[in-house]
Amino acid sequence: MLFLLTLGIGTLTGCGVWLLLRARSFDAILGLTLLSYAVNLFLFASGRPRVDAEPILEPGSVATLAGTTDPLPQALVLTAIVIAFAMTALLLAIALRARAGTGSDHVDSKEPR
Amino acid sequence: MTGGLLATHGPVLPVVLPLLAGAVLVLLESARSPVLRRGVPWVSLAATLALLVLAVQLAVRAAGGEVQPYLLGNWPAPFGISLALDRLGALMVVLTALVACGALVYALGGDAVRGLHFHALFQFQLMGLNGAFLTADLFNLFVFFEVLLAASYGLLLHGRGAGQRERLQASVHYVIFNLAGSALFLIALGLVYGVAGTLNMADLAVRLATLPAGDTRLMQAAALLLLTVFAVKAALLPLYFWLPDTYAAASAPVGVLFAIMTKVGVYAVLRVTTLIFGTEVAAPFLSVLALATLALAAVGALAATHLRGLVAYLVVSSAGTLLLAAGLGTEGTLAAGLFYLVNSTLVAALWFLLADRIAAARGGSDLLQSRPLAGGWAPLGAVFFVAAVAVAGVPPLAGFMGKALLLQAAGLTPLAPWVVAGVLASSLAVMVALARAGSIIFWEPSRSPTAAAGGGTLAHPLAIVGLLGGVLCAALAAGPLADYTGAAARQLQQREGYLAAVLGARPAPAAWDLRKEMRERGDAK
Repeated sequence: MLFLLTLGIGTLTGCGVWLLLRARSFDAILGLTLLSYAVNLFLFASGRPRVDAEPILEPGSVATLAGTTDPLPQALVLTAIVIAFAMTALLLAIALRARAGTGSDHVDSKEPR
Repeated sequence: MTGGLLATHGPVLPVVLPLLAGAVLVLLESARSPVLRRGVPWVSLAATLALLVLAVQLAVRAAGGEVQPYLLGNWPAPFGISLALDRLGALMVVLTALVACGALVYALGGDAVRGLHFHALFQFQLMGLNGAFLTADLFNLFVFFEVLLAASYGLLLHGRGAGQRERLQASVHYVIFNLAGSALFLIALGLVYGVAGTLNMADLAVRLATLPAGDTRLMQAAALLLLTVFAVKAALLPLYFWLPDTYAAASAPVGVLFAIMTKVGVYAVLRVTTLIFGTEVAAPFLSVLALATLALAAVGALAATHLRGLVAYLVVSSAGTLLLAAGLGTEGTLAAGLFYLVNSTLVAALWFLLADRIAAARGGSDLLQSRPLAGGWAPLGAVFFVAAVAVAGVPPLAGFMGKALLLQAAGLTPLAPWVVAGVLASSLAVMVALARAGSIIFWEPSRSPTAAAGGGTLAHPLAIVGLLGGVLCAALAAGPLADYTGAAARQLQQREGYLAAVLGARPAPAAWDLRKEMRERGDAK
């Protein structure tokens, strides 16, 4: 599972950075979205993800990470998701405004010659 | 304001006050009744003045040298989010409030009504700034960064008519660049949490000492990633190219707030290097890059074609000086850097307002070419002269004292010759650039029919005179200020006080415990 997770994070980051470097607002926004997915998975992975373990302490269970999974990264990811989502929406609004105002989707608001 | 409230909830008040004010302002701004809507500027002004009073009281408490911790939600220290008020944090909060008062008074002269929700965004930006200066938790620092950035995106777009196209284009660059920076910030936080298992700054500082040898390189990578993110905010050399366009496009009161936003980056660099990772983690490259930033900022200032562009490069130049002080990392350079920070923030704020007034007197153009100047050279020229002296670091104002202190303290470090040469050359270049701008604006006004002076309200001169007074006070009160910044630098270097205060904070005993009552009644399972 760790291999799949790593592969996923790497692929998402690679695609995100590649799209971000294309100087088009739409591509850059998609790139930032992919990048934020990669970052969320990475944060999730920072808590040593385990299969079949809950982030909850049941009465009687030992309060260590041996039988449970770390709940804090999940809280961090939740915060990061909300923030990235809001920021992407904001960026989309600004990019649409710039597109309407200048007639170009290029991040410099004019087509390169 | 009672002493009791400050003692129990002091550090969180500078965050809560603008948050509540901003929330009330959102409601008032969209109110149907014109009477309520007319109250918006007054509520905003009252909240900002109250913030200044509060910040000064907190600084008086912090000046004693005690670090005041605050446990949000009463969770014990490394598990919940902690805030902490020390001398550096208090200094930054006071500076933010001072600059915010200047910006707001200026905005009341007409800029505030050129768009929606100016006052609410302004307050949320203050909340983000204060939170970033007071938090003792790395993830919380990220959240406050996002709060202040989100508000700044809105404020940057604020304004109507002239320059809208430039603002939109600058906004696209600024937002994309900062979102990419936020992604890096989160990656660094993931690394830190994965290696050390904590994000509380004080807890992290303690745990780094006992890190297994195999993990130190990973932690170093995380530290450098964090510093990269802060360098984006602070405008260090390879990462400052977003700043001149963005700051030149912003309207004047927003530019004033942005002048303190680069200082957030400097503050964060200072905090994580002195408290957590140690100044040696950044030592090999921070000072060198800061010197290169100084050099390029000087070239940018000399080559600027607009007054606002010139002012933006003045901000980059002061950020370079501050990062140089942080990179050298001795107690003396930190004290000098903090002293310089106070003056450079106030004077950068003054410059943004002055550039706007000069542009208004020249019929809306800040192009550095011969143009008619309405209203004569005397009032604006005098302020221009004092502000130029203050920003270039010429005696007798505080900019000079800050640079002199820095050169004195840097004399003991291996980079000394480079520091002396770089700082002095940058001062000279800034002086030449400003002399050129001043002579074009004030001594060569073209004789064509004078443009009508922009609507003269009392607010504009009041804000400029207020900030000018702040700059002069920084020079007059240089002794006490230098004592304070010296003490703040000492407190940064001796981090045991901070660690003990944050980690030793005990949750306040609950006045009533609902769960216990339920247990005793037999309601709980």
